[in-house]
Amino acid sequence: MAMSYIWSGLVILSFLWGFFHGNLSAVAAAALDGAQSALELSLSMAGILCLWSGVMEILNVCGLSRRIAALFRPLLRRLLPNASRDEETLAAVSANVSANLLGLGNAATPLGIQAARRMARNCGGTASDELCLLVVLNTASIQLLPTTVASVRAAFGSAAPFDILPAVWISSLASVTVGLLTARLLSRRKGGPA
Amino acid sequence: MNPSDLIIPLLLAGAAACGTGRRVNVYAALTRGAEDGLTVLLHVIPALVGLLTAVSMFRASGAMDALAQLCAPVLNLLGIPAETVPLMLVRPVSGSGALAVASDLMASHGPDSYIGRVAAVMLGSTETTFYTIAVYFGSAGIVRTRHTVPAALAADLTGFLTAVLTVRLLFGP
Repeated sequence: MAMSYIWSGLVILSFLWGFFHGNLSAVAAAALDGAQSALELSLSMAGILCLWSGVMEILNVCGLSRRIAALFRPLLRRLLPNASRDEETLAAVSANVSANLLGLGNAATPLGIQAARRMARNCGGTASDELCLLVVLNTASIQLLPTTVASVRAAFGSAAPFDILPAVWISSLASVTVGLLTARLLSRRKGGPA
Repeated sequence: MNPSDLIIPLLLAGAAACGTGRRVNVYAALTRGAEDGLTVLLHVIPALVGLLTAVSMFRASGAMDALAQLCAPVLNLLGIPAETVPLMLVRPVSGSGALAVASDLMASHGPDSYIGRVAAVMLGSTETTFYTIAVYFGSAGIVRTRHTVPAALAADLTGFLTAVLTVRLLFGP
């Protein structure tokens, strides 16, 4: 529903603003341009996006995701000590983190949901501290190769679409860290089921 | 040599070598992944058409500039370019909406401009927060989300601020 309000709000506001500032002709042209450029953008990024999705899938079947998952196991055991007592939950969470890192969004979400379901058993509809941490971890993007962004940049003729990688890594890392720290801090203050 | 010139061929050759060494069907994996990419894109196109239309209208009407100017005093204090306000507002709510706004910024300022890069890093280092929270808690049957939303939004805000800082530091304003 939120998107309906945003879309309608944008369109209605644009009409009113354009009407009262006398530049409706620009708004009319922009509406058609926008629709057209959406398809142009999609087409011009399609090839690059498909290529990277293919490369990531190769790395995936090579066992890279399993290796990353194994790498993150000890860290996740510390972050989610209660949930980690259940071996299957820990496996799902580490696979979820690994899929996120590789940018395999379609694989990451079902794994994360599987873990969240197991963690939410017997909690009566209230999120535990650790479940909050898992969700915060998933709302913060942690991606090794931001392929979509790179494809968009390439589609617009960027000289080096991947030159933003270090900036993306630093920003993601800062974002995840602050998210987890805030969750920890707030959970201590408010209390709740462990 | 540009590091970007190395990373692309290296990734391709690395994936090929890794797959061949492990005796997996590299080519089948490549095409299967490419097909997945196409499916994702196909699902995004309708949303992108609707949202880019709305965003273009919003910009052309002059309302976007007005919004940016309204927020400029606070943002200047933090060093955030006011042009990225719509992106920061849409990012937590809609992934395709954020893609539409960011591509609009890259189209009008150029992908290698300061604002184009900040938009790209903001897009790449944050997620569709509210959507993710709804999906996870919805399927786990959670009604009391406690401190998840404030913590996730703090993460997003940090991502936005760090995006500006890192682009400034690494590429100059």
